[in-house]
Amino acid sequence: MKIKLLKEEIESASIHHLQRISGEDLKKCYQCGNCSGGCPVSYEMEIAPSQVMRFLQLGKIEEVMKANSMWVCVGCLQCYSRCPKGCSVAAVLEGLRQTVLRKGEDFEKISKIPMQFLKNAPQQAIVCGFRKFVS
Amino acid sequence: MPRIGVFVCQCGNNIAATVDTKKVAEEMKKLPGVVYTCDYKFMCSSPGQDMLRQAIKENKLDGLIVSACSPHMHEKTFRKAAEAAGLNPYQCEITNIREQCSWVHHDTTKAVGTVKSIDLTRMTIERLKKNRPLKKIKIPVKKRALVIGGGIAGIQAALDIADGGREVILVEKEPSIGGNMARLSETFPTMDCSQCILTPKMVEAELNENITLLTYSEVEKVDGYIGNFTVQIKRKSKFVDEERCTGCGECIEKCPFKTESAFELGLAKRKVIYTPFPQSVPNVPVIDAPNCPKIQKDKCGACAIVCGPKCIDFKMEDKIVTEEVGAIVVATGYQLMPNERFGEYGYGRIKDVISGMQFERLASSSGPTGGEIRRPSDGKVPQNVVFIQCVGSRDEKKGVSYCSKVCCMYTAKHTMLYKHKVHDGQSYVFYMDIRSGGKRYEEFVRKAIEHDDAMYLRGRVSRVYEKDGKVIVQGADTLSGSQVEIEADMVVLATAIVSREGADTLAQKLGIGYDKYKFYNEYHPKLRPVETVTAGIFLAGTCMGPMDIPESVAQGSAAASKVLALFSADEMAREPITAGVNKTTCNACWDCVTACPYSAIERESVKDRQGNIVKWLARVNEGVCQGCGVCVAACRSKSVDLRGYTDEQVFAAINSF
Ligand SMILES: Cc1cc2nc3c(=O)[nH]c(=O)nc-3n(C[C@H](O)[C@H](O)[C@H](O)COP(=O)(O)OP(=O)(O)OC[C@H]3O[C@@H](n4cnc5c(N)ncnc54)[C@H](O)[C@@H]3O)c2cc1C
Ligand code: SF4
Ligand code: SF4
Ligand code: SF4
Ligand code: SF4
Repeated sequence: MKIKLLKEEIESASIHHLQRISGEDLKKCYQCGNCSGGCPVSYEMEIAPSQVMRFLQLGKIEEVMKANSMWVCVGCLQCYSRCPKGCSVAAVLEGLRQTVLRKGEDFEKISKIPMQFLKNAPQQAIVCGFRKFVS
Repeated sequence: MPRIGVFVCQCGNNIAATVDTKKVAEEMKKLPGVVYTCDYKFMCSSPGQDMLRQAIKENKLDGLIVSACSPHMHEKTFRKAAEAAGLNPYQCEITNIREQCSWVHHDTTKAVGTVKSIDLTRMTIERLKKNRPLKKIKIPVKKRALVIGGGIAGIQAALDIADGGREVILVEKEPSIGGNMARLSETFPTMDCSQCILTPKMVEAELNENITLLTYSEVEKVDGYIGNFTVQIKRKSKFVDEERCTGCGECIEKCPFKTESAFELGLAKRKVIYTPFPQSVPNVPVIDAPNCPKIQKDKCGACAIVCGPKCIDFKMEDKIVTEEVGAIVVATGYQLMPNERFGEYGYGRIKDVISGMQFERLASSSGPTGGEIRRPSDGKVPQNVVFIQCVGSRDEKKGVSYCSKVCCMYTAKHTMLYKHKVHDGQSYVFYMDIRSGGKRYEEFVRKAIEHDDAMYLRGRVSRVYEKDGKVIVQGADTLSGSQVEIEADMVVLATAIVSREGADTLAQKLGIGYDKYKFYNEYHPKLRPVETVTAGIFLAGTCMGPMDIPESVAQGSAAASKVLALFSADEMAREPITAGVNKTTCNACWDCVTACPYSAIERESVKDRQGNIVKWLARVNEGVCQGCGVCVAACRSKSVDLRGYTDEQVFAAINSF
């Protein structure tokens, strides 16, 4: 991939907004990769947790928005508990989800979930899923 | 018959694992002249040494052998113990049965190791039988020091020696002391202004009664040896009488001609009569003769007219002065690799590509822009600045293989200085690794990134080119796996630190070693870091390799402490393992003179009563001789012998094998 680095993107309003709602300072991440190493689902992500941090540092929020990473994250907080700099990728991904959901764009349509699945899935999972995927 | 004792050490299991030490001791007992043998777990321990002393007394030994580790480790220990028991210390010899035997054999049946240890020990016994008692050599010491190079390392060394109450001559080739540190704006990791911490030391050096500053001077020739060096120093003509000049600066003011300022690295001009920078020490201007029309074509002379005390003399000539000193500290510092070598970065072709040192001048309040960051091409304040690290460093193909050690840190510093001065500017740093090993150094780099918004990109830059008044930088960010492009206004290159031009010539004058990059070699990189192989010559600072100010200062002080230790006694004792010439057989072919790597052999004439020279002879200067033995091998008439390793001794050892 070839990218052009622009100060306007690195310091863009959406990056600042994301930092504000997640409470995370993206610059603190020093790219050690511990989060990606410990994340139980990073192999399913199109962009691994540490790389999510990197693209955001470079101001490339669009790249991250296009990827499935924020929806794959299970919110287990492994990344946060392992990060030597105290960054929470979980919070950043939650922030990214919120920027989508608050526009009213649901990731899952509840009406489309098969009844059989709803009957078998544990209640807690369903509640958590609602929290994570719908506005 | 000699009375020899043999002590075989087990060195825990280091020797005993593959050598039957008891057997070695028993076998040695059978040799003629050997009256006492034993083996013991640790001969070097206190009980081991006690045992040795006691055995010498009880058995009236007149010589002893310790078969143990390398003589590098404990020769001194055992010789001291022998001396304490009343023996001449050189009657104690070591057989190395560890490094040269037990460690290299893996046969746990001990067969090989034992036989070899027996052979080695027997050889040493035969050598010992031919030993003659030796006495330490005493050399008188002149208690004055010479420091070459007036950067921070040299200044520190000079100040410490002077504070120790000894005279110092500080030779600096530029018109002012200060070196590269005088160019810096602020310094990592504390960000104190370089001039503010350096100039007090410069002034102290000028005012200290024990220090003689010889600026605009260079060492021409060095003769002699530790404690007794004779040095010729060339004092280049300043065309200004240093004694009478008041430093008023009238001459500089009135001089109508300007030329490139070497101190400002092409960013500004200076007058033909000049001091390199405002706080120069001494504050005496010099005339740059090749550029002065008065000196070249007898036109102008304005400075001489305005000079109140009339101290300008256009006819002044270079002078050679001779000084006698006992020790020398070399602190000649570094320079930067010329960036022109790296075409891909556009240096020299694109005006707004500058070096890190030039950036220091832009950031310095006494620099050409008064401390405002303005780019060279049009004087505009750059909004996007790209810093490129490892330019020439860690580049085996086009540059040098080593890491320049300070550029990671000063680049972080540059991004901070830039942010502090251009609040809305954005800095980018291309790096391969960030090397910030040092007290509070890592935190410093993190601060540049987290607090001062430097955007660090892991990767090298492959192209820098100009387009519509912008400098386009193309490189990689391996962390995101992308090729990146930045439209920059200025590019700063962290170029490799290299040795001074002429470092090799000076080393040859001094007789000290240097590596393939012409950095001076320390005696031992870990344990003797400020000594050279030439006794009495010490090193400090970046003439040895890249380092920062704290390290340079520490080395300056370390070298000074070595000098003061040397000066603490009137005479210096040296090991007597030196060569000697047999006067009756020497035929003055001078092969030894050519062969000696330390220039320790002199030509001596023998005169008759009328004073006519009847004969020439080689003579070894014991002060200089390092006992390497090259002359012994070179002499065709077998007239040179090495005390402690005479031919007789060596042959006795070989014959017993
Ligand atoms: C861009 C840049 C920024 C830096 N910033 C920092 C920083 O912020 N903090 C930090 O700790 N370090 C910094 N450094 C490193 C610092 O400059 C050096 O550690 C320090 O200046 C070394 O001092 P020195 O005395 O060894 O050598 P030098 O300063 O080079 O002094 C050597 C002196 O010897 C003289 N000389 C040379 N040859 C002869 C000769 N034959 N006869 C007589 N005199 C001679 C020279 O003229 C010079 O005055 C920086 C380096 C660079 C390149
Ligand atoms: S919180 Fe999300 S990103 Fe972090 S480790 Fe768990 S699944 Fe991975
Ligand atoms: S563990 Fe923390 S510092 Fe390391 S890459 Fe992940 S977020 Fe960055
Ligand atoms: S004589 Fe030379 S140094 Fe003096 S004022 Fe003229 S040009 Fe300058
Ligand atoms: S100090 Fe840093 S920039 Fe300088 S050569 Fe070493 S790694 Fe490269």
